[in-house]
Amino acid sequence: MKEKLVLIGNGMAGVRTLEELLKLAPEKYDITVFGDEPYGNYNRIMLSPVLAGDKTIDQIMINDRQWYIDNGITLHAGKKITHINRVKRQLETAEGEVFEYDRLLLATGSRPFMLPLPGRDLPGVISFRDIADVDTMLETAKSHKKAVVIGGGLLGLEAANGLMIQGMEVTVVHIADVLMNQQLDKPASDLMLHELEAKGLNFLMSYETAAIEGKKRVEKVVFKNGTEIDTDLVVMAVGIRPNIELAQSAGIHCERGIVVDDTMQTFDPKVYAVGECVQHRGSTFGLVAPLFEQAKVCANHLAQMGIARYVSSITSTKLKVTGIDLFSAGNFIGDESTEDLVFKDAARHIYKKLVIQDDKLIGAVLYGDTVDGAWYFQLMRDGTDVSSIRENMLFGQHHIGDSGHGASNSVDGLPDDAEICGCNGVCKGDIVKAISKHSLFTLDEVKSHTKASASCGSCTGLVEQLLASTLGSDFNDTPSKKPMCGCTSMSHGEVKNAIKEQGLKTISDLMVALEWKNADGCHSCRPALNYYLLSTWPDYQDDPQSRFINERVHANIQKDGTYSVVPRIWGGVTNANELRAIADISDKYKVPTVKITGGQRIDLLGVKKDDLPKMWADLSEAGFVSGHAYGKSLRTVKTCVGSEWCRFGTQDSTGLGIKVEKMTWGSWTPHKFKIAVSGCPRNCAEATIKDFGIVCVDSGYELHVGGNGGIKVRATDFLCKVATEEEAMEYCAAFMQLYREDAHYLERTAPWIERVGLKSVQAKVVDDHDNRKVLAQRFYESQEKSQDDPWAEHAAKQRENYIPIKQVG
Amino acid sequence: MQNWTEVGSVESVPQKGSRVMTTPDGDVAIFRTSGDEVFALFDQCPHKKGPLSQGIVYDKRVACPLHNWVIDLSSGEATGPDEGCTRSFDTKVEDGLIYIAL
Repeated sequence: MKEKLVLIGNGMAGVRTLEELLKLAPEKYDITVFGDEPYGNYNRIMLSPVLAGDKTIDQIMINDRQWYIDNGITLHAGKKITHINRVKRQLETAEGEVFEYDRLLLATGSRPFMLPLPGRDLPGVISFRDIADVDTMLETAKSHKKAVVIGGGLLGLEAANGLMIQGMEVTVVHIADVLMNQQLDKPASDLMLHELEAKGLNFLMSYETAAIEGKKRVEKVVFKNGTEIDTDLVVMAVGIRPNIELAQSAGIHCERGIVVDDTMQTFDPKVYAVGECVQHRGSTFGLVAPLFEQAKVCANHLAQMGIARYVSSITSTKLKVTGIDLFSAGNFIGDESTEDLVFKDAARHIYKKLVIQDDKLIGAVLYGDTVDGAWYFQLMRDGTDVSSIRENMLFGQHHIGDSGHGASNSVDGLPDDAEICGCNGVCKGDIVKAISKHSLFTLDEVKSHTKASASCGSCTGLVEQLLASTLGSDFNDTPSKKPMCGCTSMSHGEVKNAIKEQGLKTISDLMVALEWKNADGCHSCRPALNYYLLSTWPDYQDDPQSRFINERVHANIQKDGTYSVVPRIWGGVTNANELRAIADISDKYKVPTVKITGGQRIDLLGVKKDDLPKMWADLSEAGFVSGHAYGKSLRTVKTCVGSEWCRFGTQDSTGLGIKVEKMTWGSWTPHKFKIAVSGCPRNCAEATIKDFGIVCVDSGYELHVGGNGGIKVRATDFLCKVATEEEAMEYCAAFMQLYREDAHYLERTAPWIERVGLKSVQAKVVDDHDNRKVLAQRFYESQEKSQDDPWAEHAAKQRENYIPIKQVG
Repeated sequence: MQNWTEVGSVESVPQKGSRVMTTPDGDVAIFRTSGDEVFALFDQCPHKKGPLSQGIVYDKRVACPLHNWVIDLSSGEATGPDEGCTRSFDTKVEDGLIYIAL
């Protein structure tokens, strides 16, 4: 007999929990759902577009009745549970029917708070919460003219906007002088107020309602200051309260909401609760993203996996009210211990405020230009030291370093055929359509359905904006923690810590210990795990099957399935003999294209896989080693000619470049790693867009870190200046080792430094001399095992991996 | 009646890996899972013809090395929101040898 799980509350949080549970343990429970409303599960945050006439009820259904049938779930829509008997584990409906449960999940949500005003029971006084409210508003708009919305919060403004679009004359009454005071400060609110007034809404700010009056139905609203206003409809949108009556009547401990612990369990171990009805560590909830995180945790415990914990964190709101972009997060008001950075351009309707405390970003309000919202939120979440980017951060991530692809920073005015994702050719219209059609909620879902932002990622901010604007208000798209991939709920940082703390030595041990959902992992986590194990344990046995093809066969796969071969050319310096050897080898293997690369070496393109080991054997004989042009590893050290020839050269940049390349080649890193050495500040080797750049000056060597010339051009940060070549090399080794140990897999030095802050890197590599030497020492030790040429080895020992297992015909 | 062709030993294909068999009609990828099951697919991703034999194998799936489409090893169908299918071939293992029905 399967255990019986009963869900009370057919809303988004409860049903999301079931969905998560079905993913983890589809066969565990016999599931029954009770819902007040006579519908399947619909997306409550989409009620505003329904009111505005942009969507129909059918379009906002998440799970229709067929979904319940397909998953063997019994749905009682429109049946109300009135009593819980926890001793007998029984539920009773209003009609006296009795149902049994083994586990009970309460997701009774919240109900709108109705001000205790005289006249609040009059016909024409409603809230804005469910489909029935929307129907009432639509009906009223057909036959009546005037509406008053009490409450200038998010929901109130959306209701007002919808009613205005339906042709009503709408006045918003707000008790404070700041609209949406949970999300905005006064200057942002003032800007918004002006824009909304221009659209045709009326506002009564700092007005307190005294009574609602009317004979048969509502006729007017009276205020405490003695004024009054005629109306045919009153919508109360002054807040929500957790719906806890049922739980309370069953003796389950409640305060403002149903009190739950970190596993979403109530004080009765058989009873769980999720969503707007709960109170967790003193907080209640009204946004979607925390509810979805709770659903995940709760499902994990219902499935008896018992590892997840719900930790509420700072939430961000990125919302779209009536065509206005807003983002707010954290403590955006500030106090005497904080400092504000403020940008205001009223003519362009843009306002930004960042709140900083102890060199860390703790709050943000953005109005009109929200493209950097996700970035600010990331800085807040990571606790990044922002002192080094402070002078530019208000202008957005684009202005940290320089800009590259993706100059557009607002999707608002773009037409449907505007290309958002330049890599995969995805237009705005495609993304919007996919979000609506497939009910997509997260960036990852949009990525997998449309491929937008799935390649280089430079359009991620725009895609997030589209998600927010398409999904409507109250949408929180930034999860508080990013899991590594679908196989786990742990983040990169958590997995790295677990490897060290629990002494996990192999991928399979790790997947068992950390309860990976898929026994083999996936193409996204396996390469990351392989790297983390490799960089943590010097004796780790590399797993070639967990490497991307390029690193597995030490060559770059091309679109037609052939490979490219790039021998290492130390510091970009070669000679006639080497060139002759490359020419002969190109002839011998009929290489169709020979190209000079940007990293000062030679790319042989179009090589068949079976030819690789033979070619490598020949290259080896001519003295070449692998150039690792295919690897998350040291790529090249680019140099200019320096003092040996150049009339401006200050130091021997070529010689130093060769020494640095001999020291660093063969090392695996989280992402590719490029170095350059320029002989003077004219910087012909472009050292200031490399991961590590050395610019020689007359008095020594300037060291620069964290640049790249790719998707987003980013100039390096200045690390420090040293006097000798030996020091430059030691700093380079220490910096690389810190990056290897600290960065996440596939995180280049630029985003890594933006995440941890330049100051923290300087503290470990520059200020702390002992630590620098320890880091450099660890780098040298690991290099002892890394500098065997993989080409020579594969050519000698692994040829069978490059040839067909069998040839037929 | 299926016409079985011997391919080689199971051990000659790496676990969670693949080897290629060439035929006059194009390459066929022979896969071996972590549980030693053997599958065979036409070595072309339905998306942009990427060589599936070079992808990362997990469970009964392979991720194409060109654009990470994930293909089901038994049906040859693309998984998830992607749509497309590549030809699959019946295989069997007898006495440690792989046979394929071409």
